[in-house]
Amino acid sequence: MLTRPTDNRPTALKHAGSNRNSALFRTAIFSGPVPVLIIFADPMQGTLVFVPGDSLASAVINRESSSSMSTLFDKVWDAHVVTEVPGGNQVLYIDKHLIHEVTSPQAFNGLRDRGIPILRTDRIVATADHNVPTKDQDKPIAEPLSRKQVNMLTSNCEEFGVELYGLGHPYQGIVHVIGPELGITRPGITMVCGDSHTSTHGAFGAIAFGIGTSQVEQVMATQCVLMSKPKSMRITIDGDLQPGVTAKDLILYIISQLGTGGGTGHFVEYAGSAIRSLSMEGRMTICNMSIEMGARGGLIAPDETTFEYIMGREFAPTGTEWEEAVSYWRTLPSDADATFDTEYTFRGEDIPPMITYGTNPGMGMGITESIPTKSDIHGDATLKKAMEYMGLELGNQMEGMPIDYVFIGSCTNSRVEDLRLAAGLVKGKQIHENITGIVVPGSQQVAKQAIAEGLDRVFTDAGFEFRGAGCSACLGMNEDKIPAGRYCVSTSNRNFEGRQGPGARTILASPLTAAAAAVAGKLVDVRKLI
Amino acid sequence: MQAFKKLTSTAVPLPIEDIDTDQIIPARFLKATTRDGFGDNLFRDWRYDKLEHPRPDFVLNNPTYSGEILVAGSNFGCGSSREHAAWALADYGFRVVVSSYFADIFRGNALNNGLLPLIVTPQVLDETFRTIEANPAARFTVDLEAQTFKNEETGTVTGFEIDEYKKTCLINGYDDIDFLLSQREKIESYEANRVDFSL
Repeated sequence: MLTRPTDNRPTALKHAGSNRNSALFRTAIFSGPVPVLIIFADPMQGTLVFVPGDSLASAVINRESSSSMSTLFDKVWDAHVVTEVPGGNQVLYIDKHLIHEVTSPQAFNGLRDRGIPILRTDRIVATADHNVPTKDQDKPIAEPLSRKQVNMLTSNCEEFGVELYGLGHPYQGIVHVIGPELGITRPGITMVCGDSHTSTHGAFGAIAFGIGTSQVEQVMATQCVLMSKPKSMRITIDGDLQPGVTAKDLILYIISQLGTGGGTGHFVEYAGSAIRSLSMEGRMTICNMSIEMGARGGLIAPDETTFEYIMGREFAPTGTEWEEAVSYWRTLPSDADATFDTEYTFRGEDIPPMITYGTNPGMGMGITESIPTKSDIHGDATLKKAMEYMGLELGNQMEGMPIDYVFIGSCTNSRVEDLRLAAGLVKGKQIHENITGIVVPGSQQVAKQAIAEGLDRVFTDAGFEFRGAGCSACLGMNEDKIPAGRYCVSTSNRNFEGRQGPGARTILASPLTAAAAAVAGKLVDVRKLI
Repeated sequence: MQAFKKLTSTAVPLPIEDIDTDQIIPARFLKATTRDGFGDNLFRDWRYDKLEHPRPDFVLNNPTYSGEILVAGSNFGCGSSREHAAWALADYGFRVVVSSYFADIFRGNALNNGLLPLIVTPQVLDETFRTIEANPAARFTVDLEAQTFKNEETGTVTGFEIDEYKKTCLINGYDDIDFLLSQREKIESYEANRVDFSL
């Protein structure tokens, strides 16, 4: 927003932008080469500390030189920089802050200890998701520690004036499901949450990323975080996906190619015809798992699919405000000549239905492939440890392997489109007698919609349990755990050791592959069924 | 935040890549509502078997190895954003984690808790593992002001990068929140001068 050669934003925005520009450029011109001093207020000692640094002028000039060919990420990031800190950090304004019961209590304690309020209560929304039961949600939580934590969220929200969609509220659900479905998530905004899968919201062309609890407290107190601008990566996937191949397979494929650290230090923009043709739900699945390759977040340029999804949602803009917002959102996609620090290209046709064989999401392969005996990404010792944990052997195939549990849910794949996909496959069938199948909708609204469409009956008639909304067996914080040694085909995002319960063995897959495995009682190639 | 300037210590080796925060502190221990006591459950499922007996083959249960420095394989701290991972490592007694790279969120969380994520080259990481394997009593010196990591066994000194701002915070024990609170006027000025489609 600072410097934009061709400004086709709404008039009001141009006006605001040019004011900011001129003020900053005056600062830049007059500060010249003189080092800018950063002042640390130290409330503990009542002293000031001065740290010399680079000149602000050079930072502003650098930004101008790069903005003639801006990426989507640059445009959103630069529009949210409050000020620069010499040494590479920037104070970044956060438009929306989502909180939940697990990573917020210590942040509220911090505010209380300092005696400070939440700066902007209209920018923070809370829900209970990680630690809630998915059965008997109308009754008090049985497990004492979980009950205490969820109750503490309620009392903290009351004390600090935060809107809470707690258990029993029609908007309650997984934080990354409710943000988009309520129209809170929008293009061009910055969004944080004390949860790494905040990257999900990047599907709308937002900068959205997970933060730690110290930063949750910082955002509560100042509506800002302090960080250096990440590098940019573009992953282009052109071509068509094969029948039976979903957004989940696409992202598992990318992560298997780049590894769990392949995106470290980057924000990733996903582009290409295979991405453009995805629904918003599919795009959310892609961006959700950006963190699984180490990227701080993922983004997809907003387009008609995006606008159509947002329009009419509970908190979406309306009337003139909607028109203005959409014309601004249309300016956000990366400029044609924008350059990225790193680029990768894949072909949609090359992507098979994917499963994971190991203990991180980078250990993935096509359903018909064999577990690699050697890897450029994973060291021998790490592969060996993974095989010991999973009870598998290098070089073996997994298609046809019997499994024990199927979990359909999580912020990756618990939206109504995911449930429709899985229900379409199990309709009129029974899940295998050896399988325990659980479907956990992402939110109360997803559950309501699924029930309205009769999907809950499809699942329960087939032998699945259809539960209440929450994170559930994705991370096994509540009682929804997979027993030690058992194999679970899961639509969630992490196959880490113990993720779904101590000793549990997770195989990540799409809702289609998970549903097919539930019916067959074993891993099957869904392409052969459709 | 506890300040960090310099320390000399033996080190604990964990030569595994991609150690995720679910291993550092499993989700079932995230029900606490304070920052204290997470060290007891650090690497819980690697330290204890399902009967809660210590696993003798895990390095933290091996009396040969001890120290305030953890040396781990690349991409340490990937996965969940849980700051509890940094709290658990610090509460257990680690002041430094050495690796060839860290997951972004973990690195930030560590820096916000006085735990230094020290990045070395893959070669230096390998040499460090080899030194500890040859002599578990080998000592290492981390000097934040000089930005050096010294292998006292071999005498090798290597530099490491850290941004100036974070270095100052660590040396003085300052939290980011103190700085951000001092930016109140700039934040309000930013809010007053923008058109906003987020509300």
